Amino acid sequence: MPASRKLVLRRAAHLALLCLAIFAFLGAGDENARFNDLGHRLMCVCGCNQILLECNHVGCNYSEHMRDELIAAINHGDNDDLVLQAFIQKYGTTVLSAPTHQGFNRVAWLVPYLALVLGLGVVVMVVNAWGRKPPPPPAGRGSGDPDLEPFRSQAQRETEI
Amino acid sequence: MPQLGSFAVLFALALGVYALVAGGLALLRPDAVGERLGETARRAGIATFFAVVLAALCLVTAAFQNDFSLAYIYHHSNRDLPLPYKFAALWSGQEGSLLFWSLLLATYGLVLRLRHNVDRRLFAYASVIIAGVQVFFLLLVNFAANPFAMMQGALPADGAGLNPLLQYPEMVIHPPMLYLGYVGFTVPFAFALGALMMRYPGEKWIHITRRWTMVTWGFLTCGIFLGAHWAYSVLGWGGYWAWDPVENASLMPWLTGTAFLHSVMMQEKRGMLKIWNMWLIFATFLLCIFGTFLTRSGVVSSVHAFAQSSIGNWFVGFLALTFAVCVAAFVKNRSHLQSENRLESLVSRESSFLFNNLILLVACFTVLWGTLFPILSEWVQGHKVTVGPPFFNRVNIPVALLLLLLTALGPLLAWRKTSFESLKRNFSIPAAAAVATAIILIAFGMRPWTAQSALYSLMTICLAVLVTVTVFSEFVRGGRVIARHTGQNLFAGMARLAHRNTRRYGGYIVHFGVALVMIGLAGSAFNQDKEKEMGYGDRMTVGAYTLTCRSYTQDDKPNYRSEWAILDVTENGKPLTTLYPERRFYKASQQMATMVANRSTLKEDLYVVYEGVNEDTGRPIIKAHLNPLVMWIWLGWLTMVGGTMLCMVPEAARVPLAAPAPVRATAAAEAGD
Repeated sequence: MPASRKLVLRRAAHLALLCLAIFAFLGAGDENARFNDLGHRLMCVCGCNQILLECNHVGCNYSEHMRDELIAAINHGDNDDLVLQAFIQKYGTTVLSAPTHQGFNRVAWLVPYLALVLGLGVVVMVVNAWGRKPPPPPAGRGSGDPDLEPFRSQAQRETEI
Repeated sequence: MPQLGSFAVLFALALGVYALVAGGLALLRPDAVGERLGETARRAGIATFFAVVLAALCLVTAAFQNDFSLAYIYHHSNRDLPLPYKFAALWSGQEGSLLFWSLLLATYGLVLRLRHNVDRRLFAYASVIIAGVQVFFLLLVNFAANPFAMMQGALPADGAGLNPLLQYPEMVIHPPMLYLGYVGFTVPFAFALGALMMRYPGEKWIHITRRWTMVTWGFLTCGIFLGAHWAYSVLGWGGYWAWDPVENASLMPWLTGTAFLHSVMMQEKRGMLKIWNMWLIFATFLLCIFGTFLTRSGVVSSVHAFAQSSIGNWFVGFLALTFAVCVAAFVKNRSHLQSENRLESLVSRESSFLFNNLILLVACFTVLWGTLFPILSEWVQGHKVTVGPPFFNRVNIPVALLLLLLTALGPLLAWRKTSFESLKRNFSIPAAAAVATAIILIAFGMRPWTAQSALYSLMTICLAVLVTVTVFSEFVRGGRVIARHTGQNLFAGMARLAHRNTRRYGGYIVHFGVALVMIGLAGSAFNQDKEKEMGYGDRMTVGAYTLTCRSYTQDDKPNYRSEWAILDVTENGKPLTTLYPERRFYKASQQMATMVANRSTLKEDLYVVYEGVNEDTGRPIIKAHLNPLVMWIWLGWLTMVGGTMLCMVPEAARVPLAAPAPVRATAAAEAGD
C-alpha cells in the first residue's frame, strides 16, 4: 500500500474517532438543558397529544403542574431515570413521549433498523445474484414487440441528453 | 333537497353496481355482445359521475340554505358561517368527506371513460376496477355514513357550527388537494391491476398512467404541505409536523408513490422490476385506503381526526378484499412479469433506484410501525405506550439523510455501470461545495458537537447543498452542450435543454425542491421560544427581536368573539413591524382557536401566539417562537410543484444537433439520466 494512501486511511481513522468522541459527549449539559431534554421526553396528559414543553393550552392545569413537578425533581437532584419513573408512576406509561428501551418496548426501536439492515442485505444479495445469472428471455411478446417500440424509444429519449 | 340528494346517492350506487357487474361480464365475453355490454357499463360509469355531482350539489345547497333538518348540516355549519366555509362543510365531516371522495373518484372515472379510445380493452379493465372502488364508497355513503340523514326531533334554529380549526382559508383547499392525491392513486392502481389481469404486454400501461401518477403525486404533495402550513398557522404550537397519525397516514402513500415514480423508470428503460412496480402501486393504493381507515375508525387518537365513527370494519373488509384480489391476480399472472434485463453493477443508476426504493420503503415502514405500535403494545403488554415525535425523529432522520445522499448521487450514476473515475469527476465539485458549506457554517457559529440535533442539522444542510450543486451541474453541463450547438447563451441553452426533456429536468427541479425543504427542516434544531404575561408597555426579547405590548383589546363578530394584542416589534432596536396575535371564541361550537401572527423571512419566522388572559391580572399571555428557515420549506414545496408541472409539459420537438460534441459523449454516457 503506498504511503500516501496509508496517510489518508490514518486520517480517516482519526476523523472517525473524533466523531465518536463528539457523540460520547453529546449528553452533557446544565439544568436548563436537562429540563428541556426531559420536558421533550414527556407528554402533556390533558389529551392534547402534545409534548409537555410544547403544550400551548393556556390554563392547562396538567402541563403547568407537570412542568413545576419536573423543575422540582431536577432541583431535588434526581437523576433522569428517577424523574421519568416518578412521572410514569403518577401518570401512567403514556406520559413518556417515546417507548422506553426496556422489555417489549425495545422492539419498537429495533424493528426499523432491522428492516433497514435486512433490506440492504436483500438488495445487495439480489444485485449480486443478478450479476451472476444471464437475463431470462422476456415473457409474452416482450421487448421485441413493435407496438412497444415508440414507448421504448420515448423512455430512451427521456433518459438522455 | 335532502330527498333529491338521497335519491342521487342511491341512483349513483345502482349505476356503479351496473358499471361493475356489466363491465365485469363484458370482459369475460370477447364478442359483439360483450362489446355492447361493455359500452353500456362505460356509459353507466359516466352517468355515475352526474348522479354523484347532483348529490354533492344537494349537500352544498343545503349548507348554503341553512337546512338544519339535515343532521350533517346541523353538525358542520351554522347561520353566521362565512360562505366559503359553508362550501367547505362538504368535506368537513365524516359523511360529507366520503361523498366528496366518491365525487372525486367519479370525476377521475369520467375522464378515464371518456378517453377509452386510447386502448379500449385496458381502459375497460381499469373502468371496472374503478367502478368496484366507487361502489365501496357509495355503499358507505348510502348505508354507513349517509350525509342526507335527517335530524331527529324538533328542528334546531341554528347549527352547531364548523370546528374552528377548520375555519381557515387553507382548509378550503387543503382537504381537496389531499383527497385528489388519495383518490387519484386509484387510477394507476386500476391500470396496473387491469394490465396484470389481462396480461397486458410491456410497459404501455405505465406510459398511459404516467401523467395520472405525476398529477396525483403532485396533489398529494400539495395536500401534505398545505396541511403542514395549516397546522403551523392555526394550531399555534410553533411547529408544522407532529408525526400525528393523520399526518402519517398521508405521508405513507406519498413515500411509496415516490418510490414508484422512481422505480418505474427502470421498467420503462430496461424492462426491470416489473413485480416490484406492480406491488408498489398496489401498496400505495392500499395505504391510501388504510390511511382513511386509520383516521376514520378511531383506532388511533389524533388531533386532526375531525370525523370518526364505526365505519372501520367496512374499511377492514375492503382492504382485505382488495389485497386478496391483488394477490390472486399476481399469483395467476406472475409469469407475465419476468424481468427482461439484469443489474450489471452495484455502482449504476439501476442500483441507485433500488437503494432509493429501499430507503423510501423503510421510511414508510417506520412511519407505519410507529403509528401502529401503541396498538401492538396494548395487545402484547396490556397497556398503551406513546410513540411521539422523539421516536419518529430519531429513527427517520438518519434514513432521510441517507435518502438525501442518494438524491445527490443518483443523477451522477450512469445506466448499467459507472466507472469510479467518472463518479469522481462528476462528484468532486458538489462534494467540495458540501464540505465548504460545513466549514462556513461552523465558522459562523454552528456547533455540531453541542447537540445531536445540531449535528443532524449541519449534515442535512451540507447534503442539501450537495443535491443542489449536483442538480445545477447537470443543468449547466447539458446547457453548455446545447448552447455550443445552437449559439445561444448558457441560460437559453438550459431552458431549451429542460424543454427537450421535461421529465428528466422537471425531476431534477423536484430534487432541488426537496433539498430546500430539508434545509428548512434543519432549521428546527435552533428553534427558540419565550412566554410572558404582557401588560401595556411590557417588553419581551427573543433573539434579536423585542416585542412591546402597545395595547390589547376585544371584539365581537357574528361568528366569533375575539381578543388580541397589538405588539410593536423592533429588531436590534430598529422599528420593524406591528403584530396582532389573536384568539377567537366561536359561538356556535363554543370552541377556542388561535390566529397566529407571523413575520416570516428567509432567515427566520417570528411566530407570536396570543395564548389567553391571566384571569387574576386580566393581562394577555404572549408566546413568541423564533423558528429559523421555515420559509425554505414552503419555497421548497413550491419548487417541487413547479418541477412536477414541468414534468407534465409535452417535450419540445427534437431538432438534431449539428454535430455531436465530445461533451455529449461524456455527459450522456457517463452521467446518464
